[in-house]
Amino acid sequence: MNKNDVRYIAGLARIHVPEDELEEFTKNLENIISYVDQLNELNVENIEPTSHVSHLKNVYRPDQVKPSLPQQDALKFAVESYQGSFKVPRVIE
Amino acid sequence: MNLYNLTAHELLDQIKSGQISAVDVCLAFRKRIVDVDGKVKALVRLTQDAPHDNGCPGLFPIPIAIKDNMCIRDVETTCCSKILKGFRPPYNATVVEKIIEQGGVILGQANMDEFAFGSSCETSCYGPTYNPWDLKCVPGGSSGGSAASVAADEVAWALGSDTGGSIRQPAAFCGIVGLKPTYGRVSRYGLVAFASSLDQIGPLTKDVHDCALLMNIISGYDQRDSTSVNVPVPDYTASLIKDVKGLRIGIPKECFIEGLNPEVETSVRAAIEVLKKTGASVVEVSLPHTKYAVAAYYILATAEASSNLARFDGVRHGLRAQPSTPRKTPIVDMFEETRYRGFGAEAKRRIMLGTYSLSSGYYDAYYLKGQKARTLVKDDFDKAFESVDIIVTPTAPTTAFKVGEKVSDPLSMYLSDIYTIPANLAGIPAMSIPCGFDRNGLPVGLQMVAKPFAEETIFRAAYTYEQNTTWHTKKPVLN
Repeated sequence: MNKNDVRYIAGLARIHVPEDELEEFTKNLENIISYVDQLNELNVENIEPTSHVSHLKNVYRPDQVKPSLPQQDALKFAVESYQGSFKVPRVIE
Repeated sequence: MNLYNLTAHELLDQIKSGQISAVDVCLAFRKRIVDVDGKVKALVRLTQDAPHDNGCPGLFPIPIAIKDNMCIRDVETTCCSKILKGFRPPYNATVVEKIIEQGGVILGQANMDEFAFGSSCETSCYGPTYNPWDLKCVPGGSSGGSAASVAADEVAWALGSDTGGSIRQPAAFCGIVGLKPTYGRVSRYGLVAFASSLDQIGPLTKDVHDCALLMNIISGYDQRDSTSVNVPVPDYTASLIKDVKGLRIGIPKECFIEGLNPEVETSVRAAIEVLKKTGASVVEVSLPHTKYAVAAYYILATAEASSNLARFDGVRHGLRAQPSTPRKTPIVDMFEETRYRGFGAEAKRRIMLGTYSLSSGYYDAYYLKGQKARTLVKDDFDKAFESVDIIVTPTAPTTAFKVGEKVSDPLSMYLSDIYTIPANLAGIPAMSIPCGFDRNGLPVGLQMVAKPFAEETIFRAAYTYEQNTTWHTKKPVLN
C-alpha cells in the first residue's frame, strides 16, 4: 500500500486526508494489512462464507400504516433545513 | 459500608424491606459521582433522571449508566465522536425503554472509544477514562466508561455493547462482571451500529446475580430489530445455582499462548482448579482456527463499519464543515471536510481499511476470505460444544495497560481482544468474571463461553465460581 492507494481509498470513503497525514495512515494501514494477510495460510477453497450467524432469513412483517416520526421532530436538530427538508450545499453545478 | 458499595440485588432487598428508599439510593450514587468521577472520568454526561417518588416506584429503581451509543430521547447521544456532537435522538433505544419501564434511574452516559473503535477508551473525543484500580491505567474498551463507573461505585450497574470484546475486556480490566449475550438475544434498536453482524448489547455489573437480573430486563424479541431472535426469555436468576456437578468444561489447548501474561495464566489455571474442585469435569478441546480470528475480525468489522458510518456525512444532524478553499464540488467538499474534522484517527483508519477490503479488486482477497475464515472459527466452536458445555479462557492476555502505552500502535491494541473476538464471530454468549489480581493489584478476568442461547449454563458456572471465591467483593480505593 502506498500514498496513492490511501489517497484513492480516502476518496472512496469521502474523507479528506491532508498531504502531511498521508504517510502516517499509509504506514498504519500497511501494518494492519500485512497482519491480516496471514489469512492466506488458510485453505478456504470449499468453505462457505458466513455473513451472519443467526438462522434468520428474510424477516417480514405486515405492511401496516402506523404513526411515524413527525416531520418537524425529524428536522428539530437538522444542521440546516428548508421547507420541510434537510438543506445541503449545491449538488448539481 | 455505604449504599453505593452495594450490588443492585442488595439495594433492591433493602428497598423492598423498607430500610431505604429509592431516593436515598439515587442521592448516594449522585454524591459518589461528584466525589470520584473527577478522577475516573467514566461519565461524559449526567442526566437529570430521578426515581419516581410515589405512585409508580418501578420494580428496579436502580441507578444505571448507559454507554454513549444507545439513544436516549432528547438527550445528546454522540458515540463520543465530534461528528455526532449536538445530536439528540427523537426516540429511545429498546433497552433504554425497558430500563425506564422498570423504573431504572439513568444517572449518566458512559465514556467509550469513538464509535466503539478501540480497546482502551482512549479514542473518545472527550478524552480517556481512567481505571479505578490504578488511575495511570486504561479501563479497557470500548465500554470503558461503563466498566469504570460500576467498578468505582458511581452507578450500581451499566449497559455496554460488545463487537469484539468491548464489554468483557473492560469488565476484566476493572474487576467486574460483563456479559456479551448471544447474537439476537437483546434488541439493538437504537444502538448506533458499528458492525451489524457482530454487535450485541449486554450488562456490566458488580456480581453474577446482578448480571442475571439485568439480563432479565433487557432480553427479548423486538420487532424493531430484524436480527433479534424470537426465543423465549428464561428467568436467568433461576440459573444462580451453586453447583457445577456434571458440567463439562473445555479448555482450548490454543489458549495458553505466547504473549499471555504469566500472572494472568496463573490466575486462570487456579480458577479452573476451583471449578474442578466444585464438581465440574475439565477436558482439553481444540479451536485450531482461533488464531485467525483477529485477522478475520479486522476485515469484517471494518468493512461493516465503513458501510454503517457512511451515514455520518453532515447532511442531517451533528457536525457539518466546509473547507476554506474549494477542492472538489461543494457537496463532496462538505462530505469530505465533515468526515475529516468529525472522525478521529482510529475511526478514519477503520473506515479506510473497510473501504479497501470492500473495494473492487480486493473483495475476494479480503472480505470474502474473512467471511470464510469466520465459518472456520464458528465450526471450531460447534465441534468443541459437542463434547463440552462451556469453554473457559482468559478474557484478555494481560491486565490493564498504561494510558498512552498502545495508542501509537493500533495492531498491538487489536491483539488485546484475541480471546474475546472469536465469540463475536460465532455469535455465542460469553462472560468475563473476576478471577484474581496481578502483583500490581490489577484485576484479572476469566472468560466463560457457551452455545447460542445457553446463557443459563454460563450463569450457573459463573455463580458457582464466584460463590466459592472472594474476588468480586474487593473494591478499588479511590479516596
